[in-house]
Amino acid sequence: MAQAQLPVSGELPQVSGHHPTAWKWYDYFTFNVDHKVIGIQYLVFSFVFYLLGGLMAVVMRTELYTPDADVIDPNLYNALLTNHGTIMIFGWIVPAAIGGFGNFLVPLMIGARDMAFPRLNALAFWMLPPAGLLLLGSFIFGGAQAGWTSYPPLSLITANTAQSMWCLSIILAGTSSILGSVNFVVTMVKMRVPSMPWDKMPLFCWAMMATSILALLSTPVLAIGLILLLFDINFGTSFFKPDAGGNVIIYQHLFWFYSHPAVYLMILPIFGIMSEVIPVHARKPIFGYKAIVGSSMVICMVGLFVWVHHMFTSGTPPWMRMFFTVSTLIVAVPTGVKIFSWTATLWGGKIRYTSAMLFAIGLLIMFVVGGLSGVTLGTAPVDIHMHDTYYVVAHFHYVLFGGSVFGLYAGIYHWFPKMTGRMLNEPLGKVHFLLTLIGANLTFLPMHVLGTQGMPRRVAMYDPQFTQINQICTIGAFVLAFSVIPFLVNVIWSWGWGEKASGNPWRALTLEWTTASPPIIENWHRLPVLTHGPYDYGMNGHDTSPAIATHS
Amino acid sequence: MTTAPTPPELAIQEELPVDDHEHHDFRMFGLLTFLVSESLMFGALFAVFLIFRGEFPQWPPEETEVELLLPAINTVILVSSSFVIHYGDVAIKKGNVAGLRKWYWVTALMGAIFLAGQAYEYATLGYGLTTNVFANCFYIMTGFHGLHVFVGILLILGVLWRSRVPGHYTAEKHVGVEMAEIYWHFVDIIWIVLFVLIYVLALVN
Ligand code: HEM
Ligand SMILES: [Cu+2]
Repeated sequence: MAQAQLPVSGELPQVSGHHPTAWKWYDYFTFNVDHKVIGIQYLVFSFVFYLLGGLMAVVMRTELYTPDADVIDPNLYNALLTNHGTIMIFGWIVPAAIGGFGNFLVPLMIGARDMAFPRLNALAFWMLPPAGLLLLGSFIFGGAQAGWTSYPPLSLITANTAQSMWCLSIILAGTSSILGSVNFVVTMVKMRVPSMPWDKMPLFCWAMMATSILALLSTPVLAIGLILLLFDINFGTSFFKPDAGGNVIIYQHLFWFYSHPAVYLMILPIFGIMSEVIPVHARKPIFGYKAIVGSSMVICMVGLFVWVHHMFTSGTPPWMRMFFTVSTLIVAVPTGVKIFSWTATLWGGKIRYTSAMLFAIGLLIMFVVGGLSGVTLGTAPVDIHMHDTYYVVAHFHYVLFGGSVFGLYAGIYHWFPKMTGRMLNEPLGKVHFLLTLIGANLTFLPMHVLGTQGMPRRVAMYDPQFTQINQICTIGAFVLAFSVIPFLVNVIWSWGWGEKASGNPWRALTLEWTTASPPIIENWHRLPVLTHGPYDYGMNGHDTSPAIATHS
Repeated sequence: MTTAPTPPELAIQEELPVDDHEHHDFRMFGLLTFLVSESLMFGALFAVFLIFRGEFPQWPPEETEVELLLPAINTVILVSSSFVIHYGDVAIKKGNVAGLRKWYWVTALMGAIFLAGQAYEYATLGYGLTTNVFANCFYIMTGFHGLHVFVGILLILGVLWRSRVPGHYTAEKHVGVEMAEIYWHFVDIIWIVLFVLIYVLALVN
């Protein structure tokens, strides 16, 4: 603001009295209400679950190295399959992208001292550990085995106790997500620094806005689906029991009304990360700020009306197939808009091939493949052949691994210095990137072929004609598992002993870089005032500015 | 170009509003956002109900008919309580804590009567949760709503508890009072839809 008041001398560097100035390590294990602590809690928690889910995948791929079920019991395979999917979605991508980056970055990016409801925020996080324990504990009872979609009647007749624990776990995680979303919406609407109009809000925040709206509108529907499933399993109701007048298709509608938007919950924040990382490391203003904001909002709205493309083979009437084919193709357009925006941002930029940028570029390539296979699947005539084959598995791993996971890595490499005050090691980061890129393509590209040749998904045994391709996939999975090692070494070593990071090591322009690394408690001594847009690289001389020393 | 480079940090001046560590009260906005989400839980239940209604030749099926009189009385009670609670809000806006307490007590009482009526209906209906799909829907929907009424009563009791302390709620500062009121209206509106779906539509079978 123009009329900046002078501070009363003497009391300037004082953070308001009721907090210490920095958190100790053990604060991260408590019910802490600082959004930065909560963000890191989410990230570390979810990464642990990522490792667990990854371990399950490696066991499954090992099983699939040969056509017979000779490594593990097929029922255990089903349990691993179910929990792998569930953990990767509800235990890794959603909490890491929304809870982790969202909580850490949104207040910093809009110049707020915390989220609107800090205690609610902590509460939302602390719902996740019990949810995770429920999932893991369900293995005592055989583990839920009906797939992450848990369609009845299968989910009604297998491993009842484990399935009920699964339902409760997801309901908990969903509640956490709703509470988190309320917090994000209120924070962004009410707590931006006065000098930040809507059209100067960083794109990551816009992405979080779209994500939160989507979560608010779709999660409750899933909750109802799961509550009814719980009642069917445990209390004798027959909502989804065809022999007693129930209807299994209703479950599918309730499930996909959430779970299609859920794929956007998993990709919109990642799109946000992309829109931050790319301009910083290409030293160029983002191409089409308004188009990116608009496309997030369009995705958020149209994305609510495409869910039946998961149900083309569920006896869906032709008019419905037609309608949802069209809406699905429409929703791919705003996604394409973003791809073009990022490509145009890279075009002619002074690209710095940092690890963060490499993952962002990798994402761009991988996501195009996944988007294209998505469009083919969205077309009902094709999907009727491809549904429930490995082609679908290939599709969603290109968007989820090649998209979401690459994006999370890009985000970690980009904001690690801000979060910890230490730089990550770049050469190790590049090794990590290369292994991940090779591993991912080795694992998931051949699955397109498996699918078109008709290999069904979710099986522990398969026809011997598919052996060779499956072996390639399995080797790819081992490469992926191995690729985590340089990353873990890098994170652990750098966190403790890495090169110290300045407040703004990438010379970025968004507000989180105007405070120390790691930021002080309550983020700034005095709130910043915005004098330029978030992506004004190369404008007003910003690009030529020297690196800035830490000011704490 | 000779303009001196401006490091972002310098470009960002600082301000010092005296109270910038203080948090404003966004609870009402938060509650409204939450209620949008919550209403979709009921929306999903309504959709399930309507799909089944379209599927069955007769809905409610024979032997699981609903009665109308008691629920109608209950509806009148709940809807009027929405006006009653508003008087409490009007009272506190004038700084009248005694008035607030009086009206909120009456509202809580009416809510309790509603729940008692609901329980009585359950007991006398002659069929249970598992009888058939209609019964499933009936008990889940009214039960889930009843749970919300219960929470609403707790919120009101919370306001009553806090209002014992003089000065806790004043003409200017009474967000908690208003939140309880908004929540109560929400529960009321949901009931009206529910009443139409379950009881009124049963008439036009
Ligand atoms: C370009 C936009 C996209 C289109 C047109 C699209 C279309 C589809 C279609 C039609 C299916 C159903 C295939 C079937 O089961 O037969 C599907 C499955 C799936 N998609 Fe996409 N998709 C797109 C983007 C994404 C994104 C961005 C994600 C997540 C980040 C995603 C995650 C998934 C998942 C997880 C499934 C499988 C669900 C299951 O387990 O059955 N998709 N997609
Ligand atoms: Cu979908």
